[in-house]
Amino acid sequence: MKPRHKRFAFIAAGVVCLGVAVALVLNAFQSNLVFFHSPSDVIAGTAPKDRTIRIGGLVQTGTVKRVGDGLTVQFDVTDTVKTIAVAYLGTLPDLFREGKGVVVQGRMRPDGVFQASEVLAKHDENYMPPDAAHAVEQAQKAAKTIQ
Amino acid sequence: MFSLINWFRFASPQTFYPLAGRMMPWFFGVAAGLAAAGLYIGFFVAPTDAQQGQVYRVIFIHVAASWLSMFIYLVMAGWAAIGLALNTRLSFMMARALAPTGAMFAFLSLWTGALWGKPTWGAWWVWDARLTSELILLFLYLGVMALQAAIDDPRRGDRAGALLAIIGAINVPIIYFSVIWWNTLHQGASVSVTRAPSMAKTMLWGMLLMSLACWMYSIAMCLARARCIMLEREKHTGWVAELAGGGR
Repeated sequence: MKPRHKRFAFIAAGVVCLGVAVALVLNAFQSNLVFFHSPSDVIAGTAPKDRTIRIGGLVQTGTVKRVGDGLTVQFDVTDTVKTIAVAYLGTLPDLFREGKGVVVQGRMRPDGVFQASEVLAKHDENYMPPDAAHAVEQAQKAAKTIQ
Repeated sequence: MFSLINWFRFASPQTFYPLAGRMMPWFFGVAAGLAAAGLYIGFFVAPTDAQQGQVYRVIFIHVAASWLSMFIYLVMAGWAAIGLALNTRLSFMMARALAPTGAMFAFLSLWTGALWGKPTWGAWWVWDARLTSELILLFLYLGVMALQAAIDDPRRGDRAGALLAIIGAINVPIIYFSVIWWNTLHQGASVSVTRAPSMAKTMLWGMLLMSLACWMYSIAMCLARARCIMLEREKHTGWVAELAGGGR
């Protein structure tokens, strides 16, 4: 083995060791690195209780309404399996839509409603012009009628 | 064996300096042409996005800058590894020349992302895995540059910086896969090698052209910076003296 081959092997071995170490560390941190929990996690009790958490999911269509003082918004966040009611007082981001992704930060109230202090809209990876979006919508509606 | 000898000839600053000088204007020219085409498509041809409206147009710079910030880091770490293994002077010079451009792209990626995040998500910054790991990438670039500059002996500075560059390379796959491994606020990749891109054709073209433009710009900047480093490091040699004498 020439010295330069030895150095190459040494560097490669070092990088592999480091990679394994980092993989193990990240694996150990897995649950702490998530930005949000799903409604199923929260209802199953795997998400932390009694402290501020974030819940991510879709805004259930037809559930957005003003309650009480007319400033508080209430809506359901769903992961299509489980649903959690969320109350929020404040301005909603532009991209907040029914049927679209959302991440809410706050804590669970004793009555089972999630009191949000911050609402973030989550955008998906699809980019399309308005007419294409319209076409997709029509197609989905048509598919539903057939079913 | 012949091809090896041929390559090592260009590893000498004396031969590489004029070659880099000849290639540089071409890369700058191609970068300018591609950027003009990419920006034109991005701002005048590409349709508005159905959900986000006009604000999505930041991707033409944001995505290109993010890709380049990750790619340049890998290339820099690659040169650093070659330099450590083969002890070639030029490899370290290339690694040094790449770092500032990479840092600029990492900063641009974070900054344009924040400008997009405020109207879209409702927050300038969130501590999700994708954003945090990209911020670490910026710090790694700055760390490599600071370490190289902090050690007076340039060759020792090179080796210290190279080590940090190689160790930091582990962060690049973390950035790339963060949106798959964890729940992040940042959306997943719209363009991937394994499936069809999930965006309109013209939007995709604008993005790809801008990415190529940034790539060509990075090569040109790296060559320009490497030429300066070569002159500085080799100022006691005959060929630099000859060059300086000839310029008079």
